Amino acid sequence: MSPSSLVNRTFRHWSLLPAVLLFVALTLYPLVNLVRMSVSTIAFADGAETWRFTPGANFAQLAGDDVLWSAIANTVLFVVASVTVEMIIGLALAIAVAGIVRGKTWIRTVLILPILVPPVAIGSMWKLMYNYDFGIFNQTLAALGAAPVNWLGSTSLALTSVIVVDIWHWVPFVFLILFAAVEGLPVDLLEAARVDGATRWQVVWRIMIPLLRPAIVVAFLFRTILAFKVFDEVYLLTSGGPGTSTELINLHLYKVFFEQNQLGYGALLSLAVIAAIVSFLLVARRAATAVRAQ
Amino acid sequence: MTAWRRRERSAPPVVPRVARSGVAGRALVALMVVAVVGPFVWILNASFKFQIAIYAGQFPFTPTLSNYADVLFGRRSDFASNVGNSIVVALVSTALVLVVGTLAAYSLHRFRWPAWVSAGFLGWTLVFHMVPVLTLIGPWYIAFRELGLYDTRAALVLTHVTINLPMTVWLMRAFFREIPPEIEEAARVDGCTPLAAFLRITLPLAIPGLIAAGILAFIFSWNEFPIALSLTSRLTATVPVGIARFAQQYEVQHAQMAAASVISTIPAVLLMFVGQRFIVRGLTLGAVK
Repeated sequence: MSPSSLVNRTFRHWSLLPAVLLFVALTLYPLVNLVRMSVSTIAFADGAETWRFTPGANFAQLAGDDVLWSAIANTVLFVVASVTVEMIIGLALAIAVAGIVRGKTWIRTVLILPILVPPVAIGSMWKLMYNYDFGIFNQTLAALGAAPVNWLGSTSLALTSVIVVDIWHWVPFVFLILFAAVEGLPVDLLEAARVDGATRWQVVWRIMIPLLRPAIVVAFLFRTILAFKVFDEVYLLTSGGPGTSTELINLHLYKVFFEQNQLGYGALLSLAVIAAIVSFLLVARRAATAVRAQ
Repeated sequence: MTAWRRRERSAPPVVPRVARSGVAGRALVALMVVAVVGPFVWILNASFKFQIAIYAGQFPFTPTLSNYADVLFGRRSDFASNVGNSIVVALVSTALVLVVGTLAAYSLHRFRWPAWVSAGFLGWTLVFHMVPVLTLIGPWYIAFRELGLYDTRAALVLTHVTINLPMTVWLMRAFFREIPPEIEEAARVDGCTPLAAFLRITLPLAIPGLIAAGILAFIFSWNEFPIALSLTSRLTATVPVGIARFAQQYEVQHAQMAAASVISTIPAVLLMFVGQRFIVRGLTLGAVK
């Protein structure tokens, strides 16, 4: 048999193989390794690692980790607040842009730029704007004769400031998904409602939004799950501070792994995060199917 | 027939009167466009100011290119090598993920795999896409140290291929599904081998998908921060890590940080103007299907 016919005969198998190998090597094997690490204490001395089997120690640390609990609380608050606002603005914006007669494509181009630029660059933009001494917000306040505000440095305000940045970053995504859905709505149905005497508001509330529900659910689930991944901007803006007021779960993970060098305990935390996300996915899937069935 | 043709040509599509935005709607759009553009203008503005002019809040000011010169050619700045690393990692990882992901998507689309293989593979890619990447960085760190790949661009390429694989597979699968199966069947009847049918018939029809997935994979790799932060040091660091260095030093170097950030947005802005159609299709398809 010639080599080319062998390549052909086994095409079905080798076509999937590279992807499977990559996933096994870089996701499944690390996952197994996480379990092994989570029951160990790993130390580095002279460039060599030593593993000790200490299952109790990591769990004891988990129970006594106060920063973890504030990180969980901050993360839940962050996700709920930012996703709620993003959904409301994104939906309103999608309907509003769809109703613009001229220049839609141009507006869409501008509006989705934040999704595509590096999150780190977004962090530095806002770090400049929030600056106490010369940021645009405090300059504006000064021009109005008001006292400057410590946007990122005060424990009561820092998380809100970080949430505002996330909203700026991700409203465009909600907008983009819902805008596609609005553009796909059947025009004759809307026309019929108008002929029957419905006002513009009634068309939006009674017809458009109910028809958009599947798209709204998809955008909501996507944003909720991806909001848990936030790291880059917060690392740049506050690195979790002041104190632990903007310490989100991923910042905590990063610090445990790479600042405190606790790879065993970090692995246990990672497993807990993965378990939480997977259970959320399962619940969300069931909820989405229920909404679709209605 | 002629009337139908004329109508088809009369793009852009007219927005029906019922769907038109009123004053409130137009005000919202205007406000959001300003809110999105504002921060870009602010940082672009800051990047042309001397540090001292930034601190003094000067406006108008004497524009200078010195921040860009410092960032790219300054002796104490590694940013030029950061840009080089980012370009290499993003290009190589994009090329690899397109090959691996397209083959996998085609395989799952075209061949009858048992349900546990296809559902298992697709389900796992979805879960992996949703989980924060920082959860896997610990084991990656240990594994790459053992393999001698820690602090190499190869390790970044491998991890970036992995994180972009779910998006590529789902996107390409959606594009393959839109191609009528009869086209390939006809080629097979004419004596084409399965591989030739894929390479000569189906793949050329899926080129829009390849462009969409390629642009997005390049942008996501270029933007990626946590992995690069954890698995690289000075010589292999990428652009986002370089920007974070300016922001995290004891004394924040605002002017350089601004210039470096502006440079970092160039690929996204360029690709947006060249391939907006593909980007929008790719981003919405991933969420809708």
